[in-house]
Amino acid sequence: MAKEKLFEVKDLRISARNDDGEEVKIVKGVTFDIHKGEVVALIGESGSGKTTISLATLAYTKPGLYFAGGECRLYGEDVLTMPPLQQRDLRGGKVAYLAQSAAATFNPAITIGEQVTESAVLHGLLTQEQATERAVELYHALELPDADRIGYRYPHQVSGGQLQRLMAAMALCGKPDLMVLDEPTTALDVTTQIEVLKAFKKVIREENSAAIYVTHDLAVVAQVADHIVVLYGGEIMEQGSADQIINRPTHAYTKRLMEAVRPKPAAGQGVELTHEHHRDIDNLEVRDLTAGYGGIVNGEPTIPILKDINVSVRNGHVVGVIGESGCGKSTLARVMAGMLPPARGDIILDGKKLAGDLHDRKLDELQKVQFVFQMADTALNPKQLIGNIIGRPLEFYHGLTGKAKHAKVSEILEMVELPPAFASRYPMELSGGQKQRINLARSLAANPEVMLCDEVTSALDSIVGANVIKLLTALRDKTGVSFVFISHDLSTVSSFADEIVVLYAGRVVEQGPTDEVLEPPFHPYTRLLISSVPEMRIGWLEDTMKKREMAVGIARGVEITARGCPFFNRCPMAIDGTCELKSPPILELDNGHRIACHLTLEQLEEAEAEAQKILLGYEKLGQEDPQVHVP
Amino acid sequence: MTEQASKKEEEVLAELDSFAELPDAPPKRKFRLTWVGYLSSAIVAFWLIMCLIGPSIAPFHEMDMDGDDSFLNAHSNEYGTFHLGTDYLARDTLSRVLFGARNTIGISLAATLLAYLMGITLGILAAVKGGWIDMGISRLNDAILALPTIMLGLIVIAALGSSIPILIGTAAVIYATSVFRIARALGQDIMVQDFVEAAQARGEGIWWIIRSEVLPNAAMPLATDFGLRLVFVVLFISSLSFLGLGVQPPASDWGSMVRENLAGLTYGSYAAIWPACAIASFTISINLIVDDISAKSGGSLAKKMV
Repeated sequence: MAKEKLFEVKDLRISARNDDGEEVKIVKGVTFDIHKGEVVALIGESGSGKTTISLATLAYTKPGLYFAGGECRLYGEDVLTMPPLQQRDLRGGKVAYLAQSAAATFNPAITIGEQVTESAVLHGLLTQEQATERAVELYHALELPDADRIGYRYPHQVSGGQLQRLMAAMALCGKPDLMVLDEPTTALDVTTQIEVLKAFKKVIREENSAAIYVTHDLAVVAQVADHIVVLYGGEIMEQGSADQIINRPTHAYTKRLMEAVRPKPAAGQGVELTHEHHRDIDNLEVRDLTAGYGGIVNGEPTIPILKDINVSVRNGHVVGVIGESGCGKSTLARVMAGMLPPARGDIILDGKKLAGDLHDRKLDELQKVQFVFQMADTALNPKQLIGNIIGRPLEFYHGLTGKAKHAKVSEILEMVELPPAFASRYPMELSGGQKQRINLARSLAANPEVMLCDEVTSALDSIVGANVIKLLTALRDKTGVSFVFISHDLSTVSSFADEIVVLYAGRVVEQGPTDEVLEPPFHPYTRLLISSVPEMRIGWLEDTMKKREMAVGIARGVEITARGCPFFNRCPMAIDGTCELKSPPILELDNGHRIACHLTLEQLEEAEAEAQKILLGYEKLGQEDPQVHVP
Repeated sequence: MTEQASKKEEEVLAELDSFAELPDAPPKRKFRLTWVGYLSSAIVAFWLIMCLIGPSIAPFHEMDMDGDDSFLNAHSNEYGTFHLGTDYLARDTLSRVLFGARNTIGISLAATLLAYLMGITLGILAAVKGGWIDMGISRLNDAILALPTIMLGLIVIAALGSSIPILIGTAAVIYATSVFRIARALGQDIMVQDFVEAAQARGEGIWWIIRSEVLPNAAMPLATDFGLRLVFVVLFISSLSFLGLGVQPPASDWGSMVRENLAGLTYGSYAAIWPACAIASFTISINLIVDDISAKSGGSLAKKMV
C-alpha cells in the first residue's frame, strides 16, 4: 500500500496511579499506523485499553490517567505535546470522536441539525449555512429517511439506529482527517446494526476518510476494517491486514477470540439432553397471556406489551426467548416471576395456577421460580458481602443458619466455579463475569425449578460470556433446573436452548424445538433475524444486503398495530389487504413447531428456495466456510 | 507484522483459562483516614471530652463576674488569670466556652439525632410504601417546611415555655423536614434498583428490605448531610438564645456568647471570636470527617474498578 501515512502511534504508553501512588500501566507501548482512507480496527475485550488508545489520538485521557511516553503523530506532528489551544483545534476539527451511545451524546433539548453542525461552525471550518448544507448531504449519504428535514427534529423523534448514523454525520460534518468510532454498534439490535454498518461503510468510502474502529466484535470488524490491531491487557497481540487476521490468525489469543465468536445460528448446535432430570412434564406454562403497563380497561392494558402468548417450559428444558429490544421478552419473564401481574391469561406451575401478583404467591411457589437480572452490577447490593447475598435465599426459603448456611454458600460458590473465599468480598471487588456468576448463584441458592435468565450474557465480553453459557449448561446437567433464557443474540440462544420462542412486537411469530426453528421453513421475521447475525467473513455485509428480506426488513422500523400481523410492514411477502387486517393463523408443523403467518407452508418453502437462488454466490462461499459444518 | 506476538502467548492463555478476570490478591479494605481526617477527629474528640469535664477544669464558674472590667483581653487579678479575657459582664471567656460546650454540642447533637431518627423513619417509609402514605406524610412535611423556622420555633417555645427538652424537640421537628426530603429521595432512588426488585421477587418483607437493602445504601449520603445539618441546628439554637428563648442566661452557650459579645469587637475585644472559633472548629471538623469517610469508601474503590 503506497498510501500516504496519516496518523502514527508510536510506543504509546499510558498509566494511572493507584492509592499508594504506584504506577499502574494501562497501555504498554503500542505502535501502529493509519493511512489515508483506511479503517483500522482496535479489537479486544474490556480492559484491553482499546478506548484509552483511541482517545489518545485526540490527545485526551480519562481523568486519573496520564501519558507516560510515546508519540501520536498527525501528519508528522505530535499531538500529545501540542499547546492546549492547538489541541482544541484538533479535537472535533481534525480528529472526530463518536461515542458508544448516541442516545447519551445528543442533547435532548436541542434540534439534531444544530448539534450536527455545531462543532464545524465552532471550529470556524464552515459557516452555519455551509455546515447545514453539508449536513443535509451527509444525511443523504447515510440514507436517513426524510433527509432534508430530519435536522429539524429532536433526538427523541428518531430511532436508535438513526441517531447512531446522525452521530456519524456530526463527526463528519467538519471533514475531519480521522474519525474515531468507539463501539458504535455494540448496543444495537442485529437488524439495526446492519443498517448502521452499511451506512458507515458507505460514507467512509465516499468521504475517503480514515477511521479508527473500536470494538470487541470480530464479525463486525470483518465487515469494515482494512487493518486490524488485536489488543490484550494494553499490549498488541497481533496486527495485520483484515484478511490475514480473519483468515490466518497466528497468535493464540486471536484464535481464542475467533472461537468465542459463536457460529452462525443453525440447527444441531444445541446441547444433547443426557441427564435423568429431563422429563416431558410441564414445569411452567403461560396460557393466552396478555400483559402491559398502565391501567386495565376491559381486560386490555392501556399500554399493551404482550398479546396472547402461549409458552410452556418442560422439566429440565431450556426455552430461549428471542427478539429485538422492545419486543416484550423481558416483560414475559417479569410476568412469569409475578413482578408484573398479567391483564389476562394464566401462569401455571406444576399444574397449579399461580397468582399473577407475587405478593399473593406462597413462599414455595416463589422459591421454585427465580428471576436472574440482566445487569449484575445493579442486581447485587453493593453494601452486602457475597456470603450474605447468597446466604439470604438459603435462610429465607430453607431456614439455614450458622454453619450449615456457611457450608452451603461455599458449595454454591464452587458450583459457579468461584473460590469459597469470595464469600467475604463485596460485589465491587469482583470482575463483571464474576459478578454475573454471583447473580446466578443467588438464584441457584433458592434451589428453584425454573430460572428466568434475562439477557445474562449481553453485558459480558465474548470470552467471558461463552464461559457463563458453559457454566449454565453444566448447571442444567447437574441440577435439572429448567431455564427460560432471554436474549437478543440468536447465536447464544441457539447454542444453549432446546426450544426457541421468537417474539415480535409482543406476539409469538414462531416457536418450536431449536432445530426446527432454525431450519426452513422460517417465519419471514425469523429469517430476517438469522440473516442479520454478522458472519466472520469479509464481504458478508454486501452479500447479505442482496437478500430480499433485508432490503424491506432493514429499512423500516417496528410498528405496533392493534390488529393484523405486526410484521406486515417489514415483510417482503406481505399480502396486501390481509396481513395488516387479520391476525395470522397458526401453522402447526412437526414436533410442536408453530409459525404464525398468513402464507401457506408451500409459499414459505418457495420463498426460501428463491432466496437461496438469488444467493448462489453466497452459497458457494458458505460451503467453503468451515463454521457451517460445526456440529 | 506479527513478530511482536510471540513469547507471551502461553501466559495470556493461562490467564484466560484461570477465570482470573481480576487480580486475585485479597482486596485491601483497611480503613485509613487522611491527616485532615485525623486532625478533625482529634478536634471533635477534644470537644466531646470538654462536654464531660469542661465545667470541672474551668478556672471560674460560668456565672462569676470576677474580671476587672468587661471586654478586657488576657489579664490576671486576685481571683486568677483570665487567659482569653472577659466578656460583656466581666466574666471569664475561657470558662464560659468550656461550660458552653455542654449546652451547645449537647443540645444540637441531641436535636440533630432526633431529627434524623424522625426524618429517616418517615422518609424511608414514604419511599417504600408510596401511594397515600407517601402523599399524606409528604404534604404534611411540605406544610411544616413552608413555615419560617424561627417563627415556628418562637411560637412553639412561647406556647410551651423555654426548657432544654422543648428546645431539642422543636429544633428536631423543624430539621426533620429537610431530612425527610433527603431520605425520601434517596429511598425512592434505591427502591427502583434491581437488587431491591430481586428482594421483592424473593418475597422479602418490607422491614427486611428497608433494613438490609435500603438503609445501608442511604447511610453514606445521609451521614454527609448530617454534618451540615448539625451546623444549621447550632445556628438555630444560637438565634433562639439571642432572642431570649433559647438557653437561658446566665447559662452559657456558644451561639449566644457570640451575639452577646458582638459589641465588644468595636473595643478590640476577642470575646466574640473565641466562641465563634469553637463553633467553627467543631462543625467544620465534623464535615471534614464525613467527607473523608465518604471519599474513602466511594471514590477510591470506584477508581480501582476502572
